[in-house]
Amino acid sequence: MTDITASDAARVRRVDVTSSAAKARIRARYRREARFKLYGLAALSLAAVFVVVLIGDVLSRGLPAFWQYSLVLDVHVDPAAVSSGGKVDEASIRSADFYPLTKAALESMFPGELSRKAQKQLVRLVSTDAAMPLRDELVANPSLVGTTVKTPLILSATSDLYYKGAGTQIESREMRGIATPSGTSGEITVLSSANDFADALVHLKQRIAEQARSLRSEADRLELFAGDTVTARVKALRDEAEKLQQRVDQPKVEEELDNKMPSLLIAIDGGLMKITKLSDVSATGIVLLPLRSTDEAKPGTWQLVTYETPESNRKVTDQDVAFLERFKQLGHVEQSFNWTFLTAGDSREPELAGIRGALVGTALTLVVTLVLCLPIGVMAAIYLEEFAPKGRLTDIIEVNINNLAAVPSIVFGLLGLAVFLNFFGMPRSAPLVGGITLGLLVLPTIIIASRAALKAVPPSIKEAALGVGASHQQAIFHHVLPLAMPGIMTGTIIGMAHALGETAPLLMIGMIAFIVDIPHGFTDAATVLPVQIYLWSDLPEVAFKSKTAAAIIVLLMFLFVMNGAAIWLRKRFERRW
Amino acid sequence: MSNKLIAMTAAAAVVGSFAFAGAAVARDQIRIVGSSTVYPFTTAVAEQFGKSGAGKTPVVESTGTGGGMKLFCAGVGEANPDITNASRAIKKGEFEDCQKNGVKDIVEIKVGIDGLTIAQSKNGADTNLTRQQVFQALAEQVPDKDGKLIPNPYKKWSEIDPSLPDVKIEVLGPPPTSGTRDSFHELFMEKGAEAFPTLKALKKADSKAFDKVWKSIRKDGAYVEAGENDNVIVQKLEANKDAYGIFGYSFLEENGANLKGVSIEGVEPEYDAISAGKYKGARPLFIYVKKQHVGVVPGIDKFVEEYVSEKAMSKDGYLARKGLVALPKEEADKVRESAIGMKTLSADLVN
Repeated sequence: MTDITASDAARVRRVDVTSSAAKARIRARYRREARFKLYGLAALSLAAVFVVVLIGDVLSRGLPAFWQYSLVLDVHVDPAAVSSGGKVDEASIRSADFYPLTKAALESMFPGELSRKAQKQLVRLVSTDAAMPLRDELVANPSLVGTTVKTPLILSATSDLYYKGAGTQIESREMRGIATPSGTSGEITVLSSANDFADALVHLKQRIAEQARSLRSEADRLELFAGDTVTARVKALRDEAEKLQQRVDQPKVEEELDNKMPSLLIAIDGGLMKITKLSDVSATGIVLLPLRSTDEAKPGTWQLVTYETPESNRKVTDQDVAFLERFKQLGHVEQSFNWTFLTAGDSREPELAGIRGALVGTALTLVVTLVLCLPIGVMAAIYLEEFAPKGRLTDIIEVNINNLAAVPSIVFGLLGLAVFLNFFGMPRSAPLVGGITLGLLVLPTIIIASRAALKAVPPSIKEAALGVGASHQQAIFHHVLPLAMPGIMTGTIIGMAHALGETAPLLMIGMIAFIVDIPHGFTDAATVLPVQIYLWSDLPEVAFKSKTAAAIIVLLMFLFVMNGAAIWLRKRFERRW
Repeated sequence: MSNKLIAMTAAAAVVGSFAFAGAAVARDQIRIVGSSTVYPFTTAVAEQFGKSGAGKTPVVESTGTGGGMKLFCAGVGEANPDITNASRAIKKGEFEDCQKNGVKDIVEIKVGIDGLTIAQSKNGADTNLTRQQVFQALAEQVPDKDGKLIPNPYKKWSEIDPSLPDVKIEVLGPPPTSGTRDSFHELFMEKGAEAFPTLKALKKADSKAFDKVWKSIRKDGAYVEAGENDNVIVQKLEANKDAYGIFGYSFLEENGANLKGVSIEGVEPEYDAISAGKYKGARPLFIYVKKQHVGVVPGIDKFVEEYVSEKAMSKDGYLARKGLVALPKEEADKVRESAIGMKTLSADLVN
């Protein structure tokens, strides 16, 4: 008995779970699991952070482009300007030159004398096609011709960016003395009874002193090296520093302002003057906005205005800022949704550029891709999966389909160029050719997904159909295919989403192009969304940066809608067994 | 289900046949290919042309100068483009290629000048470089004191010349596939290399070896290839005040609020200096027109007229606002005259 128990005990491995070693092992196992969970969580949150940063970045850059500032002005529509041969009709309005009308409306905002240069700058504040909304309104309602219409004028991209915050901080300070301007336009001098400008002058001298200091330290650094080129440079720097220092040392001497310092202006008598020379009692400068009169201004009725960002560090000049601020004060500036962006074709003016041409081009291209790929892909999958005799040939075909799915997309572009353009002579830049080329690209994806979907249908379904006497074809088309459809749809839409993001194959067939007209058919020249994004990202104008991001948002929306459709279709047709 | 599939196949067939019908219709839209540097200007002209109602807005493709020439010279007929943009003059090989394929009459139009600028952040110290210093900073091999070629030893600008800033050499520029890179080599590196007497001698003795010297850029990280997109370089310069970037003048002008140009041999890259030819890093831009297509594809002559018109090409024109540096007035007048007269290019003018 004891023998047997002893041998039993020897045979059955006893694990003592209460020993401290065992407890440690168990704890280690739990720790390992906890650690693994933590890794997973960390990976997930890192991915989430990336997505949030990416989407956040795109949204913060792109969303402002969906809003646009415009200038609401009263424009008098002179019948002579919009008629041709004495008749006013849609054609004459469409071909009319609205430039003189907008120019007159803008200038009527500033009674008094504006210099020629200022006039020119004023007109540049609005877009080259500023009157587009007015034109559309007149076409819709020709009876407005001859009246004065309150209409929004599209601002130029630079002005738009100014209102969106890419300008300068503005500070304004009331003055204590009585000021007398010497004129209402051109170059004038403003005298003050108190030493109002003293503070500004002190401030200015401080800046100059700073400049002199930095020049001297640069000279000190260079002096450490020997050489002829250096000695000459050191001397030049020292001389310049000396000159600046002299200006600082004479606190009462008037100072000239340049565009590397914050701009100082005087708002007086309804006008605005930019200071070019400053002493503690008088300021000389150029009138940016004409003064009403040369009346004396009482203390507190005139201000010293500072544009903090130096003129050389911003895109808008002081004159531009003066105009734009005046528009804002008078309440002529309105922000509205930027419909142009969704309804217009491409343009080289950021404020007129729109995404519609690319959107329509994308739709046309994808229609061609879908119409071509879905039937061919599904048929090929059915034949390979259900009918093809198993053999060496089928194997080779299978392997090659899998290989094709991994071929770099530019190769399909070269194929498209060689076959469709050069051999078949199809038109360049057409959505038709783009669609066929992209079709080749997504075909393997669709075949592979469709075959997987067909394989996933339980064989019992087909066998039951065959059992009641259906032909093989009937069994497949009536019973297996409908059940495989959700999987096929998902595969197709994933393939289409892939096609939606491609640019490389389109380069070779000429779809990377500037196209203004919105395409109306499959053979019209067109471009697609990712290409539009690429083209805009490469343009020098700053305003196109936010347009690029906005176009990315539109592309993402397009993708979300497509993927949403895929999910919906799957849910709708999914069957469980 | 089967009926649906058959219907879809039929639709595909219909679309297919439509394609061939479309190709047979005569083209009424001008097609332009070529340089991505000229693209922003040609597109602006194309848009104006379209707005003026003179015809459909031309389609402008951005294919690069070389790719554009290839398409342009492929032959006469509506499958081939009418105009190509180029950031350099046509090469002899390309011209011969054109002739061989029946593109006999080519009109060359010099539309303006592009300044190739080296720029830096506004917060960086003012710099004045010579082309020789640029070569020293970026070439793979530079001559030492005795004129012998050694691997580039310079790590900081101040090691090249003490008057230069005491910071690490870091230059962001275009990759070898870009036309801007070609221009950079020709305008800066070649001229910089020639400034060394020993290299000048080498050019005479063994021009192939000399070419290798100025065509090789160092690969130890001092020169960073930033991709074709010049805006990427602009963004990186804004973030790093000690780095320098190489790109076209239009980008510097547009981003003047944050960037400043580096003077080359004492001349700052400014509009007037480039226009007058004082700034050394400038190159002319061209468009080439297929004369045989004029009158066949409607509007080509009008398009050329728009391109060379005062309101486009002059100093106050809309192209200048897009960053193109206008030709000096007399030269512009000459270009205008020969462009409107459609004077063709003869073989002896090409090299």
